[in-house]
Amino acid sequence: MTRAPQPGDEFLMRDTASHPPALAPAYKTSVLRSPRNALISLQQSLSEVTGPVFSADELGPLDNDLIRNGAKAGLPIGERLIVHGFVRDQFGRPVKNALVEVWQANASGRYRHKKDTYIGALDPNFGGCGRMLTDENGYYVFRTIKPGPYPWRNRINDWRPSHIHVAISGDGWVQRLITQMYFEGDPLISRCPILQTIPSDEQVRGLIAQQDVSGFVPLDSRAYRFDIVLRGQRATYFENRVQGEVK
Amino acid sequence: MSELLRETASQTAGPYVHIGLAPRAAGFEIFENNFGPVLVSPQTQGERIRIEGKVFDGSGTPLRDVLLEIWQANAQGKYNHPGDRQAGKAVDPSFRGWGRACSDFETGLYSFETIKPGAVTGRDGRVMAPHINVWIVARGINIGLNTRLYFSDEAAANAKDPVINLIEWEVRRKTLIAQREERPDGTVYRFDIRLQGENETVFFDI
Repeated sequence: MTRAPQPGDEFLMRDTASHPPALAPAYKTSVLRSPRNALISLQQSLSEVTGPVFSADELGPLDNDLIRNGAKAGLPIGERLIVHGFVRDQFGRPVKNALVEVWQANASGRYRHKKDTYIGALDPNFGGCGRMLTDENGYYVFRTIKPGPYPWRNRINDWRPSHIHVAISGDGWVQRLITQMYFEGDPLISRCPILQTIPSDEQVRGLIAQQDVSGFVPLDSRAYRFDIVLRGQRATYFENRVQGEVK
Repeated sequence: MSELLRETASQTAGPYVHIGLAPRAAGFEIFENNFGPVLVSPQTQGERIRIEGKVFDGSGTPLRDVLLEIWQANAQGKYNHPGDRQAGKAVDPSFRGWGRACSDFETGLYSFETIKPGAVTGRDGRVMAPHINVWIVARGINIGLNTRLYFSDEAAANAKDPVINLIEWEVRRKTLIAQREERPDGTVYRFDIRLQGENETVFFDI
């Protein structure tokens, strides 16, 4: 009974219980950076259901290889990892040609950023960013060095778990999402005020990549599996189409 | 019907968002082709405009680590996306309609070089005033904030816009209107965003 959604179809309403609230006082910076008014909910129009389209020829051959794309005179130091998974919508359909962008600290927990002054050493052969497009099955893969945890000024002894930042641009503007991926078994996960902004354990678990032994490359790299779910796009039958064509 | 999957939870972009999304701003070169704040090329059709402004926190201090993205229609009011099937409007192959900008680390000023979009037909055939969709992420923002930029010299269209008119507090509508200024080097629309407090910008759940 369902037809596949077409470009321009509407997306499911965002479930606010799946996400952190804007104001989460234990994450101190959110106190002055969160709106005091409620968001105003819109019915989607063309402005929300469309979004930027990217093509493979805009990306370079090493853009998804963080082990090599910042290397100057040798390999970066640290644990060699492959991270891979599928980007799907809430109905389980693959999100094809989604732009996935990632950034992270190096093995010391140090970012290559002029504002990061942590004493952990910079690695001259590691940049820390990458990007890729999902394929026909919604699959993506990149290679990197496992990031280290690092301290930050929230409470004075707060430490972030190892994590990789992930930004995804799907089929429509409403699917735009930034999140962070964590690593199975990290004992810092349960102590992190940023993770604790998320209202349910189930949603926290969704951000924890699982070690994927079947994806290991023998004598070379381990692998982690991280799947991403974007807002579901659904076919509409009886309403006026969002772009207002009169049927 | 089987149960829906839940959308992956959002997390803050953090203070080093530039590394991934604007590595030049972070201080290094890594990609050959960088996504940035310039949406126009010499071939792009339409009136050139610059958008600039600052994003302020609840104390009135500008955010110096914010990243903004915009998504807009072309000069005819057509989005460069297969879902836009508005009749009688063509895609401009020289205009994707998307860009991203970071605020300056010292001043907090951000800017985009783009064109003024045409009007887009919205739901039920109602025409929306020219507008640009804006998405804001930063340290301290747990889930990206969506707003719309409208233009001060489109007062008649703004007065009929279905989204502006949805805001029942008329006093808040003006927070979405960018102010036009003519400068020697071109037309600028100033669009300041206030995350919290007095004159707080309207944000949408879209």
